[in-house]
Amino acid sequence: MESWRIFFTGVGGQGTLLATRVLGEAALLANVPVVVSEVHGMAQRGGVVESAVVLGQVQSPVISDGEVDILMAFEPLEALRAARKCSTSSLVICNTSPVAPFSVSSGRDQYPDVSDMMQTISSQVRNLVAYDARALAREAGSELSVNIVMLGTLMRHAKMPFDEKVVKKVLNTRTKKSFLAMNLKAFDMGYEVL
Amino acid sequence: MHELLTVQAGSKKLLLGNEAIVRGALEAGMSFATTYPGTPSSEIGDNLYQISKETDIYFEYSVNEKVALETAAAASTCGLRTMCSMKHVGLNVASDALMTLSYVGVKGGMVIVSADDPSMHSSQNEQDNRLFARFAGIPMLEPANSQEALDMARAAFTLSESYGIPVLLRTTTRINHSRSVVEMGTLQDPKVKGNFLKDPLNLVPVPMVARRLHIGLLEKLKKLRVEADRSSFNKVEGQGTWGVVTSGVSYNYVMDAIREFNIADQVQVLKLGMTYPFPQSLCLDFIKRVKKVLVVEELEPFLEDMMKVVAQEQGVKIEIKGKGDELLPLYFEFDPVLVKSALARFFQLDYKPPAVEIRSDLPQRPPNLCAGCPHRASYYAVKQALGKVSAVFPSDIGCYTLGLLPPLAAADYLLCMGSSVSSAGGFSKAQDQPVVAFVGDSTFFHSGVTGLINAVHNEHNFTLVILDNGTTAMTGQQPHPGVELTAEGRQPPKVDIATLVRGCGVDRLVVVNPLQVDKTIAAIKEIMEDKPGVKVVISKSPCPLFERRVTGKKQKVVFRVTNECDMCRRCLDELGCPAFTYCEDEAECAFIAIDEHLCSGCSVCKQICHAIKPKKKSA
Repeated sequence: MESWRIFFTGVGGQGTLLATRVLGEAALLANVPVVVSEVHGMAQRGGVVESAVVLGQVQSPVISDGEVDILMAFEPLEALRAARKCSTSSLVICNTSPVAPFSVSSGRDQYPDVSDMMQTISSQVRNLVAYDARALAREAGSELSVNIVMLGTLMRHAKMPFDEKVVKKVLNTRTKKSFLAMNLKAFDMGYEVL
Repeated sequence: MHELLTVQAGSKKLLLGNEAIVRGALEAGMSFATTYPGTPSSEIGDNLYQISKETDIYFEYSVNEKVALETAAAASTCGLRTMCSMKHVGLNVASDALMTLSYVGVKGGMVIVSADDPSMHSSQNEQDNRLFARFAGIPMLEPANSQEALDMARAAFTLSESYGIPVLLRTTTRINHSRSVVEMGTLQDPKVKGNFLKDPLNLVPVPMVARRLHIGLLEKLKKLRVEADRSSFNKVEGQGTWGVVTSGVSYNYVMDAIREFNIADQVQVLKLGMTYPFPQSLCLDFIKRVKKVLVVEELEPFLEDMMKVVAQEQGVKIEIKGKGDELLPLYFEFDPVLVKSALARFFQLDYKPPAVEIRSDLPQRPPNLCAGCPHRASYYAVKQALGKVSAVFPSDIGCYTLGLLPPLAAADYLLCMGSSVSSAGGFSKAQDQPVVAFVGDSTFFHSGVTGLINAVHNEHNFTLVILDNGTTAMTGQQPHPGVELTAEGRQPPKVDIATLVRGCGVDRLVVVNPLQVDKTIAAIKEIMEDKPGVKVVISKSPCPLFERRVTGKKQKVVFRVTNECDMCRRCLDELGCPAFTYCEDEAECAFIAIDEHLCSGCSVCKQICHAIKPKKKSA
């Protein structure tokens, strides 16, 4: 059996933990060995939130720099910061809508140019899928579903050990009824991203 | 019903290590649990808190870890199966009780969970609490994944009960906060009522009793060593003449490395789960069967030193290595590449770690106090009250420690829970700058209050600001004795902080609402300028995240920057609220805006700037 090392990065409040949880539950449903590691504690305070899902024949809960197969970046600056995790064979899926860190919003630092950052990442990895997931999420009904949009894109672009139907099944059981239709729409919109 | 109470035996779930520990305790019939919350242990208590509301199981958030351990020890002495969980540094607080509890022993099985934090994801140090097992003389289990967390938690109760000794279940962040697939066992009906039999000559360790108890403890440990030798948690995997010894999360890195190097037929792995007392015979067998041994463990050379002792005592000449020699570090958590590199170097395998370029030029994103956090307003008020006067700010452990960074820069010294108050006394005696200490409400109850009594008694000279946000915010909003806002509505606190402070002998006390900026500055200025002595400001305003969660109160107002703004930047440079943004328009003309989605409507900025005005929050 192969292995998949998927690393998630984002900013507190973007739902990285829910995304990793959903993917982990999907693996359990598909009977694929899975370890999910989360970072708790600082998530609500505007800091960087990183988590990991490893699937298949691999059991370490931590992914080393240079060993990520798929990077799921919910924020472009964090994508570049996490690029150290990637290799030339990595797939990167990146939301291009920035969340300014405080040093930038207070005018002390400048936010790097997004297209420059995407170009840098693109030159270092096998494939970069970068798009405004926030806009799609808004279209699906809420900016809060950026995480679900991105899961849709992951299931389209990565050769995963289970298909998108399994992930949708988990969304059915893991999301609040009132958000379900929106989440499924968000997932489908992400899945359509080419 | 709580999910951990309803999952059927034999079914599989993706469980957090902390959830697995709770399930293991339930499967062992645990009926009494205590904790003081602390990352990475908090979810153990939070799950048990929910479960205790739906069962006869007793659970409490104790005021500190020492109290938690002593409370649980009594229940265990009455024959109940008990669990006491805490983060690693919590065990320092509880260690006074622990060191003698091992002598006095237990009746009902008792498990102490220590959640260590290598790499200090959310801690002030990365001490290795495995040393406590040896120091106190209690058996220890170290799980490597969620399944083992469940299995070991359950087994620990039986082990504890059969030897009448508490068992240390030692985890690390990557065990507590990883999810992996766990197969459930059968839940057991807990025994919830104990009984106490008087036995002072075994339960009251006056010297003549303690001498006998110490010898008794050493005898228990001798028997437990045999138990460790035959424990099913200690096993050898693979074959070959190279040896690797490992425990806890490191086991996973070792197994991945062996798989990747394809050397399963050359390496024997001694995977230890019961690591104290040390399984000496098992290890002796192991070192006799291999030619060289690499010990892979995070932090201290705990297993490595024991292995070397066994080899020396038995006269086995063999190379045993781990820490140092450019193999494995004594600091931080491990990762797969680090362990592969160590294996490759030690066994001379061909391996090149991936080349990694780390970008240090990117804007940092440190965690910040939330928009609307009352701590920000308290810090602002103290700084305004001090004006140009430079003061020493001893700080403490909680969200408010995030006030360390500019622009607030309100933390100068910190050791541990409660150190703000006691160190403030030391600073006031040793130097001439005024001292203003900050402590949170939960931390004040935990161990700040003893420092305050000491300061009054010894006539120290400082102002203590108790940042009372009505909850234990940092670790996930757990209750404490001074809580007023509850799910059942607003209630009088069980222990009122102001009354407690007065009871400590403090005669100058003022209670302020930090969201009323001018009043707060004036009150703090007045009390600071009063004659020397111990003075206390209780700065009281609920954590907005907590308040919103508990009351469901909807926010009606947000604030905006009007065109009266003259770009003085005081909002950015003195408050540092994350809702503020410095922007430039198309003509590169700078302006300041407030992000309506982030603004919590606290109104502090409006009170320091005439250009900021309220507006109705759009739905």
